[in-house]
Amino acid sequence: MTDHAINDHTFAMLLQQGKLQGSKCTACDAVFVPPRSLCPNCHQADMRWVLMAGTGRLLAFTCISIGPPWMVAQGYDRDHPYCSAAVELDEGPRVVARIEGVDAEHPESIQLGMRLVAQLGERGESDDASASLVFTPA
Amino acid sequence: MTKKRKLGRGVAMVGAGMSPFGMFADRDSKDLVIEAFREMVNSVDKGFEPNDLDALYLGNFTNDFFVQQSHWGAILVDALGLVPKPATRTEGACASSALAFREAVFAIASGFYDIVLVGGFEQMSKQSTEQVAEGLALAASPHERQAGFTFPGVFGAIATAYFDRYGASREHLMNVTIKSHDNARFNPKAQHQRSIREIMASRVEKATSKGAAIPSWKDEKEFLADPKANPVVAWPMHLFDCSPISDGAACLLLVGEEIATSFTDTPIYVRGLGQASGRSLHAAEDLTSLEATRSAADEAYQMADLSPGDIQFAEVHDCFSIAEILSIEDLGFFAPGTGFKAVEEGLTRLDGPKPINTSGGLKCKGHPVGATGAAQLIEVWQQLRVTADRRQIPAGDLRFGAAQSMGGTGGTCTFTILERR
Repeated sequence: MTDHAINDHTFAMLLQQGKLQGSKCTACDAVFVPPRSLCPNCHQADMRWVLMAGTGRLLAFTCISIGPPWMVAQGYDRDHPYCSAAVELDEGPRVVARIEGVDAEHPESIQLGMRLVAQLGERGESDDASASLVFTPA
Repeated sequence: MTKKRKLGRGVAMVGAGMSPFGMFADRDSKDLVIEAFREMVNSVDKGFEPNDLDALYLGNFTNDFFVQQSHWGAILVDALGLVPKPATRTEGACASSALAFREAVFAIASGFYDIVLVGGFEQMSKQSTEQVAEGLALAASPHERQAGFTFPGVFGAIATAYFDRYGASREHLMNVTIKSHDNARFNPKAQHQRSIREIMASRVEKATSKGAAIPSWKDEKEFLADPKANPVVAWPMHLFDCSPISDGAACLLLVGEEIATSFTDTPIYVRGLGQASGRSLHAAEDLTSLEATRSAADEAYQMADLSPGDIQFAEVHDCFSIAEILSIEDLGFFAPGTGFKAVEEGLTRLDGPKPINTSGGLKCKGHPVGATGAAQLIEVWQQLRVTADRRQIPAGDLRFGAAQSMGGTGGTCTFTILERR
């Protein structure tokens, strides 16, 4: 799918292009997102890129009122919390991601298990924040 | 099955001291370590000459970032008047001085050194809350940071998974907080020495004297459920679920087993050691358990030839209330999914069958992160020597106590079993 090195740099670049890509071990078929260049099960490095559908479900979440300075700079604070979560992709791997389109001021309204879809290819700037995954309710 | 390990030579703890834990605008790392060191020296029953020290192992996490100063081993040796003794700084996030303890044990067990100081220290209170959140998040995984996670955030997410799986709720976490505050009333070194009821009373008093609306909470849980009294930090973690921002230092003295009784008639021996590494949140197979705690515990129980039921009390790493529940399950004290009920039933109280965090825990004793691992071991040492004053657990047949430390979001965990013979 791509000849680029399997690492976080390429992962972020592909996310910018609207592709959620993981890596698959050619020996044990395990899939990793973000991609790993070394299989933690086999300790071998024969990995290839695999494209994820970008759909999954909510495993665990938090609504953060006191964020790091770079989130505060985006307008998030005690009155404007944001949601971060662990998401299980339909292909199996788990990722951490921001969740948008939920009411982070009312976390009781957010249900574990809810279906989510990744928002890909819509985030302009290439800083840390845009390199992170964002999901919204499906 | 974990490999059964043993020390080449026994190691005993014969002295310990701590600075108070709290927020001290007028003291830095050096001042705090000197305070802990002096108390440690004075704690050695039969006396101890600092020049007899062979080496120092010192744990610290954030000083490079918060104080913009590295190389603390040499700086502190100089401050303590111990030049040219060798010093090594260890870093394992919030388990930094638990790692210093292990390195010191190995150095003595190898036969290379006989008398070694273990220390830990941190100064955090001069930072803003946001800066502390950012600094501590240095120990999270890069992907967690990119997703906006803070430490309270990671444990908040873990709590939602735990609630969902086992039917627990915020109210159960409140039981942990109430117990920690109750225990810390009796710890003169603790940062927060008031029970929740005492805090409620003082808030009422303050409102009365100001002529403001007088709050009327019917009990501790209603207070903790009041968003004005207990605001959210990273839902469902609220202020009273979180260990505070703290300054502090702790020092303890380790010696070879065969010379221990020349320092004290009641040395406390290292019986079991475990350390393990874990994955970041998204890669963990189970979000309601920390694999590194389980692995470290296995290793220590194997080495000690003991099982969880033999451990009479423990200090566990309650950086957040949910972490205490996970720890008491992962250490095998209670079955998975039953820790919250054990706390609710009072089994982990000072007067319960398995006292947990008799010091008040990180929540109330304070959590100067680099000092925490050493300070936890000091609490176990004091309990085993029956010198914990008003928080002393019944002394009857006290023999085994333990401490669990955790760095990051479970990336590094240690479990140490101490023994009184």
